Order: sequence, then structure tokens, then C-alpha cells
Amino acid sequence: MSTNGAPAGHDAEAGHGHPHGRRGPQVQRFGHGSRVPGWDDAADLSKDPAVIPDRATTPVPAQLRAEIEAHMAKYPDFRSAAIPALAAAQRHHGWCSPEAVAQAACVMHLTPGYLISVASFYDMLETQPVGTHDVYVCTNISCSLCGADELLAALSDEIGDDSETFNLRSFECLGACDIAPMASVDGIYVGPIALDEVGKLVEQVRGGLPPLPNKQLSSRKSTDPGAAHAPVPGAATPEPDHAAVPGAATPSGPTGHGPPMVDDTSGPPAAIEHPPPDVTSSEGGHS
Amino acid sequence: MTTEGRNIPSPAILFAGIDEPGLHLIEVYRQRGGYEMARKALTQMSPEDVLDELLASGLRGRGGAGFPSGKKISFIPKVAVDKYLVCNADESEPGTFKDRELMQKCPHMLIEGIIIGAYAAGATRSFIYIRGEYSYQADILDAALIEARDAGFIGENILGSGFDLSLVLHRGAGAYICGEETGLLDSLEGKRGNPRLKPPFPANQGLYQGPTVINNVETLATMPHILRMGGEQYAKIGTESSAGTKLVSVSGNVQRPGNYEVELGTPSRELIYDLAGGPPDGREVKLWFPGGSSAPVLTADDLDVPYDFDSLAKAGSMLGSGAIIVVDDSVPVVDVALKLAKFYQHESCGKCTPCREGTRWTVAMLERVDAGTATPMDLDIMASVQEQIIGNCLCVLGDAMAMPIGSMVAKFRQEFEDHIESARERNPYGDAAPEPAPALVQGAVGA
Repeated sequence: MSTNGAPAGHDAEAGHGHPHGRRGPQVQRFGHGSRVPGWDDAADLSKDPAVIPDRATTPVPAQLRAEIEAHMAKYPDFRSAAIPALAAAQRHHGWCSPEAVAQAACVMHLTPGYLISVASFYDMLETQPVGTHDVYVCTNISCSLCGADELLAALSDEIGDDSETFNLRSFECLGACDIAPMASVDGIYVGPIALDEVGKLVEQVRGGLPPLPNKQLSSRKSTDPGAAHAPVPGAATPEPDHAAVPGAATPSGPTGHGPPMVDDTSGPPAAIEHPPPDVTSSEGGHS
Repeated sequence: MTTEGRNIPSPAILFAGIDEPGLHLIEVYRQRGGYEMARKALTQMSPEDVLDELLASGLRGRGGAGFPSGKKISFIPKVAVDKYLVCNADESEPGTFKDRELMQKCPHMLIEGIIIGAYAAGATRSFIYIRGEYSYQADILDAALIEARDAGFIGENILGSGFDLSLVLHRGAGAYICGEETGLLDSLEGKRGNPRLKPPFPANQGLYQGPTVINNVETLATMPHILRMGGEQYAKIGTESSAGTKLVSVSGNVQRPGNYEVELGTPSRELIYDLAGGPPDGREVKLWFPGGSSAPVLTADDLDVPYDFDSLAKAGSMLGSGAIIVVDDSVPVVDVALKLAKFYQHESCGKCTPCREGTRWTVAMLERVDAGTATPMDLDIMASVQEQIIGNCLCVLGDAMAMPIGSMVAKFRQEFEDHIESARERNPYGDAAPEPAPALVQGAVGA
């Protein structure tokens, strides 16, 4: 985090006239004498407090506006759309930049400060510019027991200083401890990742190719031997809809409800387009 | 039914045929009887009838607290206001990944459970709060929701029953504390996910200050099965006070990590060794977390404890979310403690002082232990800090750090002291320990 405001070496305890100078380790100070960096990142003290952005002077891309308004309409209280709105703005701008937040605030009719307070809480909302492709390496306890810290170091070495293409970060438990050590690459869970696959993975991400196709969670079968059993006997078969109210859908086969079933045991479900490696954050999916 | 080659009865209620191709599609789900129990509940039973079945089943919450689910629903007051059912799909407890597999492979089981639970509670608006990291599973749920709506199982006057239910999928953005029920509510309302003081409980003042019932994914997914077999029948599975089956995520130093459905009361040894293959060859279990990383640790002496709520509580730990993390004897316990402490410090929302400061200082003290600048007295201070956190905050995130770390210091005291000594030998001049990790800094490489 950058230090802003405090001149180098500024220290509140210096100059108290102690005959032997300061003792003990030098305490690092950041903006306004704070020991913790980043407190004043959101507040530019040279400007007036930001009010709700004026529609007339805040251009918002039409698609972003449509996405955010669709989210707002889903909830009884429109403020619930704060996270989806910020995620949408982040997809459009690459991060929750002041411009992105201002646009979301304009559509939601809230202050940018309110939205920044939300964005700064959540790990997936980036309040600093980041690389295009998210590579979240889980380094929590289960993955760490399986070599996640070494994996993160290897990925960091392989990526080098290409921070424009990669947003490489350690992350908390991603809920994929069965494929430890693993990573979420633009939302796609891959693992277990061997150290000698790191080079291949990085190249695939650079080239916009699917990451480690044979290691994706989406096609992993259950390890539970019980899963091989058919559903418990006694499950009723669907009765014909004698009492159906007109308009209530009666299943007559797959034809009326989406694309035909594909017996696909090895890939993502046929009914949904698997989100392609996207140029922006993976969070949020489709509107 | 028994599993081939093993004497473990295979209950296979939730996971039966979970890998059936296309099970995420409504047509395939319906072919195996899917949505028939929702139909039965809405058109042939009253909400009280459904609640009676849930109470008879003895179902306890599958998300971590283990509160009787029927009782929780019965707390919803009978008032003429908007009532809400929220599905907690935030699943962020380290070591837990059972809801992920359920939602990904059989999303309609969850939707059917939501319909049944909402009907019993009188809720007309429901939400699924799914963690943002599960974007693939959320996409699957989005598609399933559209199918369910098109088939008439969600919406107004469902199946002509007069019952209305809306269902909204809400994606989070990465915060462990949003799995805490009141933290989830604040996050769902569009704020920072800070937990609230209880009482008032969500049943009285929850989402948008209205009566709200919050249930875990697995709890809701079990409800169609309870209606199918009858509550009394379900209660015969498992133990007296822990009815039914449980999905258990086993991970860490085991050969076959994964989700396993077992009857509650199964000896833990069977889960860890027979199902998950035990530690790698040549290694032994050093310690294990029975209920996610927030549970007090158990040792190899506790492997025969039956895996159910009461037995694990009696053994000094908890069943929690149903996630077993196994640590073998090649791993220093201080490393485990430090990894955990950093996680809880990162995820602390910052509202309550004992948690915000206690997690920070626990990390700092453990780093001193690792850097060779600690003394055995630091271990006593650390243990006392854990005690001062427990019970003194609005939520139990602080407790979730204090309990495992307190138990590790108590059970592996000698190893901590040896670690201090050997670290001091490597760092005899006592170079200053690093500054405590600053709070609220987003994860960066190596952080």
C-alpha cells in the first residue's frame, strides 16, 4: 500500500528530548501518522465530500445501467443490489475504480462513499487496479497441508512481474479441499495442480485457453462409494397432472424446457454456457 | 445397502446417484420423483402438517450450529407481514465443500427443499445467498431457477395451491463472516457484512427487519427426503439426538479427500481411514478438526468417537459444518495454529474489540513463537487471550479462532515450547519480530 501524506521519517515520538534518541524498533507510519496503511485511501482530502453523482454529468454505459437496474429490481430494497452492482461495474472497468464506483452510485442513487465502504469489505471487489486474469490460489489450512504455499510461490515465479495480465493472489478457503492444492482461474476451479504443471497453466491463461482441462472441478466425480447407488427406492414417479391449473406447466418431455439433454459425463452441463475465461473479474456471472 | 468391499452401510439419501448425467436438469430430476414432495406439501398438506414432519424427523441444522430445524421454523410468528426464507449457501468454513457438490450436481433438490421450508414457515420471498467464489455453481443455479419458474414451481399460486413464492439468487463477493447468519443478512441488505446482536433473533427481526428463517443448503435439501420417507422414518436413521445422514467433507492429509454421506453416529475412524483412505503411507494422524477449522482439535486418541453432535461435544469439540481436516505427524502444530490465526484475523469484520484485537495479537504472538523471540509465558498470555475472546463478542468468529488455538496450545504445549526453543537457537540475537499484520488489508501475493 502506498503511503500518502506523511513525510518520510515523520514520527510522533521523535523530538521528545530523550537523551539517547528513540529506543526500540522504528514504528512505520502511514498517512496522517496512522500505523495502518490505507485508512485514507477512500478519502481525498483535497476535494469536497462526494455527493450522489448527478445523472446529468455522470455518463454511464447503457449496458452497465441496464445490468444494475435489473439487479435492483429483484429485491424488495434496492440497496441489496450493492454487491451485484459493484461486481458489474468491476467487470466493465477491470476494478472498482473511482469512475466505476461513481457510475454504480449514479444508477443506484447512493453516494460513492457508501459503495466504497461495501467494496472495501469484500475480497473479490478490487479497490486497486489489478491484472486481467484472476488466479486465486487457496492457501488456507487444507490446501496448505497439500503444498499450496509452494504452489503460490511457483506461480509467482512463473508469472514474474506480469501483473497486467495476472491478478495472482492467495485466497481463503475456496471450498475445493478435495482437489487441493487448487486455484480458481477466472472462476474455474482447477486442481490438484502439480508444480510441474505451473508453466503450462500460465501459458494457457495467457493464451485465453481453458486452464488444465483434465483437472477442472466441473467434471470431477463423487468419491463417495454411496453415490454409485441409485436413488432410494420408493421415490414416487411423477403423477399425471389431473388437477393442473391452466398455465401450470405439465412436463411432457425435454422438448419444452430448454435445449435437449445431452449425455455429457465429462464436461460442463449442456444447458449453460460455461463462462469463458473473461477479461474481467469472474464474480457475478451473467446478469 | 452396503458398500462393496466395506462393512459400512451406505445410506445414500442425498448423494444417491449424484453423478447421474444431466441431474442438474429439471427433466432428469423429475424422472426420479423430483418436485413430487413439493407438490404433495403444497396441494395435500397444510404448513402445520409439513412442520410436524420436520419436527418428527429430528433434523438438526447442517450448517454448523445444529439447531433443531423444525423448532427454528416454528419460531416464525404468525403475523401478516412479508416473511423470508434465506438459504445460506455461503459455505466458507475451511474444510467444508459439501454444499458445493450438492448445488452443482443437483440444484433442483435445493430448490424443492426451499419450497417446502418456505411453505412450512409461511415465507413468500426466498433468497439463496451463495458465495461469490462459487460462480460456476451459481450459474447452474441460475439456469435451474429459470427451469423451476417455467415449470410453475416458483411464482404465484404455485400448482394452484394459493401459495406464492419468489426465489432470488444473490451472489456474495468473498467474506467468511457472511456465512454467519446475521452477517449474511446485513450483506444481503447491501451493507458490509457485520453481524448483529442477538436477541432479537432473525425469526423476529431478520432480513429487512422482517421474520426470517435461515437454513443451510444441506438442511433444505434434506426436506424433500423427509417428506418422502416420513419424519418418523427419518428419525430412525442415525442416533437418538442426531437423526439422519450427514454429508462430511474430509480433507487435509488424507489419501481420498472428498464428500462422504454417512449415518450420524458412524465412528470417526471409519470416515477418516475407510472412506478417505487415512494419512499417506508411513504417516500417522497427529490432530484432526471434526467440524471445520473452527472446532477444537482432537487427537489420534479420539478417532473412535462416534461422528454425531453430542458425542463430539462430549469429547470437547463439535460437529460443526461436518468437515474433517486431518493433520499428520509431519506438520508442526505451530504452522497450523499460525495459518488458522491469520485466516481469522483476515476475516474478522472488526466490529468487536476482543475479536478484532485478539486475532491480531494472536497472529503477532504466534509469529514471535516462530521467529524465536517468544518465551513460554507468551503461551500463557495467548491462552488467556483466547479465553477473553470466547463469549464476549456479537458473533462467534473470535470463538472460532480461540477454540482451536486454545485447544492446540493445551494439547501440544510441549511442542509449542520446543518450537520456541529451537526457533530461538536459530535466531539468538532476537531480531525484532515483524509488525503485526495490519487489519483490513486485502490478500496479496504471499500475504
